[in-house]
Amino acid sequence: MKKLVSTAFASFALFCLSTAALAAQPIKIGALFAVTGPASFLGEPERNTAQMVVDEINKAGGVKGRKLELITYDTGGDATKAVQLANKLVKNDQVVAIIGPSTTGDSMAIIPIVEKAQVPLISCAAGSKITEPVKKWVFKTAQNDGLAVAKIYEQLKKEKKTKVAILTVSDGFGASGREQLKAQAAHYGIQILSDDTYGPKDTDMTAQLAKIRGSQAQALICWGTNPGPAVIARNAKQLGLSIPVYMSHGVSSKKFIELAGDAAEGIRLPSGKVLVADLLPKNDKQRASLLAFIKDYQNHFKAEGDHFGGHAWDAVMLLKGAIERGGDTPAGIRNALEATRNFPGIGGVFSYSAKDHAGLTKDAFTLVEVRKKDWVLVK
Amino acid sequence: MELLNQVTQFVISGLATGSIYALIGLSFAIIFNSTGIINFAQGEFVMLGGVLTIFSLNVLHLPLIAAILVAVAVTTVIGLVFERLAIRPLKNATPLMLIIITIGASILIRGLVMLLWGKDTQALPAFSGTDPISVAGATLLPQHLWIFGVTVLVIIGCRLFFNHTISGKAMRACSFNRRAANLVGISVGRMVLFSFVISAAVGALAGVIIAPLTMTAYDVGVMLGLKGFCAAIMGGMGSGLGTVLGGLILGTLESLGAGLISSGYKDAIAFFILLLILFIRPQGLFKKGETERV
Repeated sequence: MKKLVSTAFASFALFCLSTAALAAQPIKIGALFAVTGPASFLGEPERNTAQMVVDEINKAGGVKGRKLELITYDTGGDATKAVQLANKLVKNDQVVAIIGPSTTGDSMAIIPIVEKAQVPLISCAAGSKITEPVKKWVFKTAQNDGLAVAKIYEQLKKEKKTKVAILTVSDGFGASGREQLKAQAAHYGIQILSDDTYGPKDTDMTAQLAKIRGSQAQALICWGTNPGPAVIARNAKQLGLSIPVYMSHGVSSKKFIELAGDAAEGIRLPSGKVLVADLLPKNDKQRASLLAFIKDYQNHFKAEGDHFGGHAWDAVMLLKGAIERGGDTPAGIRNALEATRNFPGIGGVFSYSAKDHAGLTKDAFTLVEVRKKDWVLVK
Repeated sequence: MELLNQVTQFVISGLATGSIYALIGLSFAIIFNSTGIINFAQGEFVMLGGVLTIFSLNVLHLPLIAAILVAVAVTTVIGLVFERLAIRPLKNATPLMLIIITIGASILIRGLVMLLWGKDTQALPAFSGTDPISVAGATLLPQHLWIFGVTVLVIIGCRLFFNHTISGKAMRACSFNRRAANLVGISVGRMVLFSFVISAAVGALAGVIIAPLTMTAYDVGVMLGLKGFCAAIMGGMGSGLGTVLGGLILGTLESLGAGLISSGYKDAIAFFILLLILFIRPQGLFKKGETERV
């Protein structure tokens, strides 16, 4: 009898302990970012932001009383490493969802793994092929390049400019932009008169620009990330190129204005709204999220929050919403993610559906112009 | 007419880029001429020149001239330390081993600069404004004139030094025959050290004057170094003027290739011509073939 009582007591105690442990068990989320390597300008702010947001969610009591645990690995922008680390997250760490990777290459490489393991992935990379065609378990937060192209073409059409020259960088980003520029041109009644490229490390583009100056083009669209576009802006000023110059969202940061100096004046580009959050009209849906993110990032890292951090902010917040609505199982999270509608984030207002795992429209971009070393909205 | 205008612009742009290659090529040739080593860390000296100037300007708040002097001086010291620590201690090393060491050093320098100053590209303000100057229907920037000017000065300086000073002659003697130079009482070790010091200084100077045009970051040295190396090869790794012409030809070909044929194949065109030269005239474009005496 005495033995029975003690066993009952012991098992009761154990039961209590285990439920207590269960309640305290955090929800594990995996994160893969290219914190080092050539894409570190993406990965570093993304990691910072993801950790910042998770810490804050936990400080405010977690999701439905449970803390989030963010397990972050650095892919170094290397697809092979990304695959190994994704396997590690799925098999060893047993995460319920993964955010990142930072680059399109890394994301494409790990898609087969998450599809097989049936773990939802929210990629922070921009390539449209990540979610086209739609994969059951893959979502993304970064705006598609195609949306930026559409934003530029829309403006050109409004100004009745139909002949353009394009100058794109010969890397993945430029190739994707070039593809989109060519694919969408006909739809907006635009004719591409000259199609040139430059190398990512080139230091002089006057040859290409002299050729464009001699053509009938009414606008130049240049697709690249720093420092190439800054060189192009300076060369264009040197040559006295008189047609309007449009850049891509790849240079939508103050760094571009700093590098191009006076030559940046008058250049237009499609940008996510982070850049011009304080200029947005009061009724903009994203305004509250944007201002909160910028203030938060400023407090934590003494630097201006950018789009890249924004992609991670969106990924964590979308995940938080999905866990609240769909529970902590991978399948539940996936279904809740797909059902997300009108979520005002940093990159845009997200509405996922069974047919659209990118979730944004071209209104995610706003067209800005450089004036007096600062951005103004193009009306 | 339009085409003529364009071609003028291509040539002027090409010459401007080419003189950058020429200057970097020269600093390759200086070390090669006295040691027989191809210093693949040369591009890193160029990068250090630019990065250190920007650092002295923005963080130490020095005036431009002082910042440039500091940058060149510090890079020169780095060149000296590099020779002392990595080249000197290896007795009887083959040139191939030394070349591999310079590659290692270049990776090390690049990594350290990345850790110390970050990965961002930075721009140096132009020395005398950015108002374009018009020449025969084409335009160039005041900074291009600085580059032309400094290149000419460096060539003249090298000429005078190597042909008319005792140290310069001694350095040339080392490149012809180390052993004989040693026998006549030239301290070969000191001459090698000298060559690293001079070439680090020239490299840094090149880095400083091109930084306002090309901007600078921890990794600009790789491509610039490669192009400078091409210029030096075209010039036969020797005679000052040959390397300069090599650089100018390379720059002009790139620019004409990009403008007239296809910008996508710009580098391919330049490197194809480099290969042709290596096949047809391995001794360089402007050098007479050397005959080995037996």
